[in-house]
Amino acid sequence: MRILVVEDDKDVAGFILKGLREAGHLAEHTANGRDGLLAATSQEFDAIILDRMLPGGIDGLGVLEMLRAQGNHTPVMFLSAMAQVDDRVRGLKAGGDDYLTKPFAFSELLARVEALARRGRAAGPETRLQVGDLEMDLLSRSVRRRTQKIDLQPREFMLLEYLMRHAGQVVTRTMLLEGVWDYHFDPQTNVIDVHVSRLRQKIDKPFETALLHTVRSAGYMLRAD
Amino acid sequence: MVARVLRSAGVRLALGYALVFGISAAMLILVLWISGINILTRQVDAAIDADEQGLAEQWKQGGPEALFETIQSRIASNADNDSIYLVLDPKGDVVAGNLDSWPDQVSKTGQVYEISVNRNGKLNQARFHRYDLPAGYALLVGREVSSRVALRTLLAEVLAWSMVLIGLLSVAGAILLKKLFGRMVSQVSQTADAISSGDLTRRVAISGRGDEFDRMAETINDMLDRLNRLMDGVRQVSNAIAHDLRTPITRARARLEDASMHAGSAEQLRSAIDRAVSDLDGITNVFHALLRISEIEAGARRSAFVRLDLRPLLDDLRDLYGAAAEERGLSLTLSAPAELPALGDRELIQQAVANLLDNAIKFSPRQKSVEIVVEQTADTMMLAVRDHGAGIPVGDVSRATERFFRGEAARNTPGFGLGLTLVRAVAQLHGGTLELQDANPGLRATLVLPRASELRAGRGASPRAEAEGGTLASAEG
Repeated sequence: MRILVVEDDKDVAGFILKGLREAGHLAEHTANGRDGLLAATSQEFDAIILDRMLPGGIDGLGVLEMLRAQGNHTPVMFLSAMAQVDDRVRGLKAGGDDYLTKPFAFSELLARVEALARRGRAAGPETRLQVGDLEMDLLSRSVRRRTQKIDLQPREFMLLEYLMRHAGQVVTRTMLLEGVWDYHFDPQTNVIDVHVSRLRQKIDKPFETALLHTVRSAGYMLRAD
Repeated sequence: MVARVLRSAGVRLALGYALVFGISAAMLILVLWISGINILTRQVDAAIDADEQGLAEQWKQGGPEALFETIQSRIASNADNDSIYLVLDPKGDVVAGNLDSWPDQVSKTGQVYEISVNRNGKLNQARFHRYDLPAGYALLVGREVSSRVALRTLLAEVLAWSMVLIGLLSVAGAILLKKLFGRMVSQVSQTADAISSGDLTRRVAISGRGDEFDRMAETINDMLDRLNRLMDGVRQVSNAIAHDLRTPITRARARLEDASMHAGSAEQLRSAIDRAVSDLDGITNVFHALLRISEIEAGARRSAFVRLDLRPLLDDLRDLYGAAAEERGLSLTLSAPAELPALGDRELIQQAVANLLDNAIKFSPRQKSVEIVVEQTADTMMLAVRDHGAGIPVGDVSRATERFFRGEAARNTPGFGLGLTLVRAVAQLHGGTLELQDANPGLRATLVLPRASELRAGRGASPRAEAEGGTLASAEG
């Protein structure tokens, strides 16, 4: 995927670019708002990682607003040290698709930006999701693996739906907390792990191949090998 | 000089008062003048009318001779010399009266004329009425209205004197106001000076009279108290950062330096770095929590208040934490009314209850229960989370919500001692309190929040929240 990184801190930018390229993406970098806007409007990107406080007369919010005003809907993830709740709300209101605060873990950034870029490509509403031999019917809200029907609680269904929509991608605990429960804080208790392991009991335990994998120090991934 | 005097607010105020008083005195006198004139005119007209009636009667009884005689005697007995009579015969010659000639303007009967006439060498204002007598005679009856002049002089004098008085009073008022202003302002500015030079305990003196100046002094003092509390908070936070963040930073630094000096393999180095990164993540979390708490304490989040039902919010949290509790052999129960209307910040209430549940699950022994119990009275909602753990020793209860405070029993569990501080801040933002009680055994942490209807009128409500409360109230009514 082609990803644009607009970040003025050289070390942070270098770290992100290296990580993105290692993960197999094409990453471009600009160090100020003006160049960032120029790059974003003159080239096609799958996602943009945008710092909020930028030199060059135009800050991250300004870049995003101008981009959206031009009808450009490339998914944008803010990456900012401005961590107050209102900052986050302002960023999302201006048209940002995600908001990650500094300092950040690279695994979190990668998982989120990949999810964003994928979402940008998704076409139309789906009624059926499939990962390997696991199938989910969104209309009848039923799940089956091979021929066997699997009964899920409503919240487990939402959790599995989220994982299936992000199949093949790393999904972090924070993403699950935000995407499935709509919580924007980090509980100290390992609440997410417990829910995922319960889901795993239902969709993986009775079968010989596992679909739901734990990715060390990052999160989870649902994939058919 | 004039400009300098005018610069005093007291002088400007007094001058303003003098102007207003002067204008109202002038208006009053104008009204008196106009109504006085009206009364006088009516009296004059009535006198003319009565005179004319009497004279007509004389003519009827005694003919022209009797009329002329009566006129002569009336002129003689008129001490003020303000009555004017004139009789013309059919040829137009003057036959009786005290006016030299018939005024040209007075031509019709049944109408009052007010004109100037020359009598005894003086021009005087007078009112006249013409009557036609039988046999072609014409009678003119009039009155001088010189008493109006006297009234005008009187009122002008009154006006002049009252202006002098108003002038004197406003000078006195200006001096008094200037003094009063000066005293108040100098007290406030002395206090401000003292505070800006470092004496934060100084307050504006209150006279105890309960007047506007006292109220202003109280407002200023309240503001200073609030600023002081905020500054205490900032001081606490910076102290806390200085002391309590040193520990994890020291740990991370030691790990990295140790790895740099002693790591024998890439594997060892990597694991040391990973652990240092997770230490740094911990420090980040502390920063985040501290910022969040001060954001809440500053009241900045009140703008996000909405009407919400806490019941589904609690059901979701029970669902989220229930699994983790069961994993540890605990049962998490919720008992609450079916609807819990409230006014607040959804995210913060979620986080506050989540913090209480984190604590309860962390400190609960296995095979026990953690209970969420919500009770409502007429004006408060009590949201309690109770565990069966060791509880908080009585001596620690008052300090349990301080930043970074960790009880003896909590020393060996993960955490930073910020959870309850945040819960308390959320409670206070919503106009409520956090109460910690010994449930014997265990701890009962209760969020006491004002009911939505109370909060609407309370100081905890923002303008936006009040507006929403208003629409709901009208929907109910």
